[in-house]
Amino acid sequence: MATEHSRTAARLMVSPAVILLFLWMIVPLGMTIYFSFLRYNLLNPGMETFAGFDNYYYFLTNAAFWDALINTVTLVVGVLVITVFGGIALALLLDQPFWGQGIVRVLVIAPFFVMPTVSALVWKNMFMNPVNGVFAHIAKSLGLQPFDFLSQAPLASIILIVAWSWLPFATLILLTALQSLDREQQEAAEMDGASVLARFWYLTVPHLTRSITVVVLIQTIFLLSVFAEILVTTNGGPGTASTNIPYLVYAQSLLNFDVGGGSAGGIVAVILANIVAFFLMRMIGKNLDA
Amino acid sequence: MTTTIRALLGATALLTLMGAANAETTITVATVNNGDMIRMQGLMDDFYAKNPDIKVEWVTLEENVLRQKVTTDIATKGGQFDVLTIGTYEVPIWGKAGWLVSLNDLPADYDAADLLPAIAGGLTVDGNLYASPFYGESSMVMYRKDLMEAAGLTMPDAPTWADIKTAAAAMTDKSKEQYGICLRGKAGWGENMAFLTAMSNSFGAKWFDENWNPQFDQKPWKDTLDFYLDLMNNYGPPGASNNGFNENLALFQQGHCGMWIDATVAASFVTGKDSTVADKVGFALAPDNGLGKRGNWLWAWSLAIPAGSQKVDAAKAFINWATNKDYAALVASKEGWANVPPGTRASLYANPEYAKVPFAKMTLDSINAADPTHPTVDPVPYTGVQFVAIPEFQGFATAVGQQFSAALAGSTSADDALAAAQELVKTEMTKAGYIK
Amino acid sequence: MARKTTQTRKAVVTIAAWLIGIVIFFPILWTILMSFKSEGDAIKAPLAMLSSPWTLESYGEVQARSNYALHFWNSVVLSLGSTLLALLIAIPAAWAMAFVPGKRTKDLLMWMLSTKMMPAVGVLVPMYLMFRDLGLLDSRIGLVGVLTLINLPIVIWMLYTYFKEIPGEILEASRMDGASLRSEILYVLTPMAVPGIASTMLLNIILAWNEAFWTLQLTTSKAAPLTQFIASYSSPEGLFYAKLSAASTMAIAPILILGWFSQKQLVRGLTFGAVK
Repeated sequence: MATEHSRTAARLMVSPAVILLFLWMIVPLGMTIYFSFLRYNLLNPGMETFAGFDNYYYFLTNAAFWDALINTVTLVVGVLVITVFGGIALALLLDQPFWGQGIVRVLVIAPFFVMPTVSALVWKNMFMNPVNGVFAHIAKSLGLQPFDFLSQAPLASIILIVAWSWLPFATLILLTALQSLDREQQEAAEMDGASVLARFWYLTVPHLTRSITVVVLIQTIFLLSVFAEILVTTNGGPGTASTNIPYLVYAQSLLNFDVGGGSAGGIVAVILANIVAFFLMRMIGKNLDA
Repeated sequence: MTTTIRALLGATALLTLMGAANAETTITVATVNNGDMIRMQGLMDDFYAKNPDIKVEWVTLEENVLRQKVTTDIATKGGQFDVLTIGTYEVPIWGKAGWLVSLNDLPADYDAADLLPAIAGGLTVDGNLYASPFYGESSMVMYRKDLMEAAGLTMPDAPTWADIKTAAAAMTDKSKEQYGICLRGKAGWGENMAFLTAMSNSFGAKWFDENWNPQFDQKPWKDTLDFYLDLMNNYGPPGASNNGFNENLALFQQGHCGMWIDATVAASFVTGKDSTVADKVGFALAPDNGLGKRGNWLWAWSLAIPAGSQKVDAAKAFINWATNKDYAALVASKEGWANVPPGTRASLYANPEYAKVPFAKMTLDSINAADPTHPTVDPVPYTGVQFVAIPEFQGFATAVGQQFSAALAGSTSADDALAAAQELVKTEMTKAGYIK
Repeated sequence: MARKTTQTRKAVVTIAAWLIGIVIFFPILWTILMSFKSEGDAIKAPLAMLSSPWTLESYGEVQARSNYALHFWNSVVLSLGSTLLALLIAIPAAWAMAFVPGKRTKDLLMWMLSTKMMPAVGVLVPMYLMFRDLGLLDSRIGLVGVLTLINLPIVIWMLYTYFKEIPGEILEASRMDGASLRSEILYVLTPMAVPGIASTMLLNIILAWNEAFWTLQLTTSKAAPLTQFIASYSSPEGLFYAKLSAASTMAIAPILILGWFSQKQLVRGLTFGAVK
């Protein structure tokens, strides 16, 4: 089908996007790599000296790095688990006929529109605050001691906040997928006496696999760089309990103003992201073409 | 050159000329979202009346965001701001780096000699005043007179830490959500570390010995942290490890705190219209331990002009307006003397009207009790009461703050936090070349 | 009998769905309610808060303190501008990848997506320096460029999956009829692709509207969108719940309303080719 002519045309059409993205990737990346080999503190300008691999050494041997790595993984996995399972459950529920479907769908989709800084501020102050938050008021009215979410379970609280923002996204994709499910097949299976569970397992789940992979892919891209929610709620603490890699890089480059160290951290983060991307793409690539 | 382009160029030139004829200069002012700054934004009509050709754009940000944006901008010479709101920590470092415009040539009515020496000293490098103080602050004890009375105690004007502990124990009644003491716990060099560093001075602790070796492995720091944790765990509010100045202010205003040791500027807010305990607040000097140093700090939010600003004259006109004696009179006429930005000028404290403000004397005494050049019991190689005036400080102090905040949250022990602090400060100081 | 069970079942599902819907929506609802209270009432226990008098005072204070109209307008310009620009670049690219796929198309797509995984904080200082040198700090143009680039991969991917679903036979038929490449795109493809483009556009507007890193770092006042507006309320003095609620409501309301009205369109587009 594709002629030589249309191939050339196609190349021309793709190239602006490719060139722009390539520049967008390579220019800051190149500068970051360059900075990462310098001893460069923003507050001591003109004092830059070549540092070799010192910045990398300090970044990787920093105890906070390993905590941050584990926290990043926990955060991504935690939110994925909640949104995928919650999303499936919610999609199954919303797929049933009930009164007021339109309105409920509007309610469920709403968190997706809220900017991360706002949702973090709202959760932190109006809900999780141990003195004035809604949860504290509820605990007190039940005669319980209010739970101090952001100090006692900082990472779990952030996972909750982020999952709240992403649950609508997962639900909507999965719901759309469910709606395209073959009803006749379902009914036939029901006639044959397949249990609800069996029908779910053998018909619904395989049908949802593609959507689930898409949810996982898109969300992972965004979840790897969760930042605003942490900055607003816990500042990565207490200790390093809720510091993830982006936050650690932020702390290095913009709290310490250590551009060299921050750049080294940035490069490490890029490498890690690419490792994740590699596996993710292989997994998705397989699934998407199936 | 085509006619169209020529016409366009002509039009542009004309527009530029017209712009020049109108000569309205717009200056961008970066400021922190503190009450006094917000109040100033409401009083701008006075400035515009006096300077009809200057327009002010405000960029109001939360303290940490502000500091990060302003530092990035000035260090890379981004030139986004014409007036910066910065503190006693930045001014000497940036002044020395040649990043700020000297303010020695402000008009005579500015009256630089009237500035409190303790405050002006911190903003001057080699005889150049690099920032004009908008308000100055130290820290002091704010306490609930009614609760103290109910507990049968009286607060001395110059309490010791033991007095504070006794009072905190007596005022705590968790069933009524009444906590004896509220202190900063949120990690940050300007948050919990400002308080803890000032507190540690009164316990005889210090950040570094004379060879820049960190001192967190020494007993005075352990005493400081143990005392702080004991106080907060037994008599403090829940969630204290996330409480900074603003959170504690909200708690105190709602009547949840018996005592609060924090910035003297808070006094006008805890006695102000939003406070439910406005008429029940007493003030005392920050506590000591009989070692000759009190646990109070010294800070001044100040206005400065980045070198490289294209609008230095307009910026100076604004700074002169905002930090002049007349500004104090303006605020007093609109909002009362209690709301005048405190702690910058001797004339304010000489004013008999201002002397009637309940916290005026205690604020001045607290400011005078701080000595940034000799902050600690033992000699140290650095200056700064609640900070160490070196560029690297804010980075590692925030990391140490994280550790102490974790200790307060109970996720690590005091000893582990101190060991981690010692380790990380040592690494940073080695990296920066202080420790050979 | 069967009818009755369906009715009972429908009632049960209705109750469950509404309960969950309200729980999910509750934080937003609560923020909106709180924004109409005075500061003193906003911190009361939930029931006491609800029964306290309603007031617009917080909106007044927020309005007096910041230039909402300017930030709102900047948000509109930035999200619309970057979306249109991204579509302009992405449509030809996605079209080419969908209809003239090469061996490397899939890899190219995946590479594009992987550029999104680069942590923004790591490259802030280089970006800041570049923006300074190009005179783009605090300019809408610079920010439109950045927002375009960060969302471009998602836009291309969404469009690609959309275009792929357009059956190839239609194209071949039109080619048989001697249609040129241009008219092929204009008359055959565009009408079929419009729903896909519309939903891509919607999603991208939302993403751009809510982007809170670059918009905060690269602007000060003139080009600052609503993310900057909300940043000045992140930890203000004293009691601030009502003011924070009012500011939050003002920041999210426009996009929430847009999202709700275009919900069906958006949902249809959100499949990323996951649904066949």
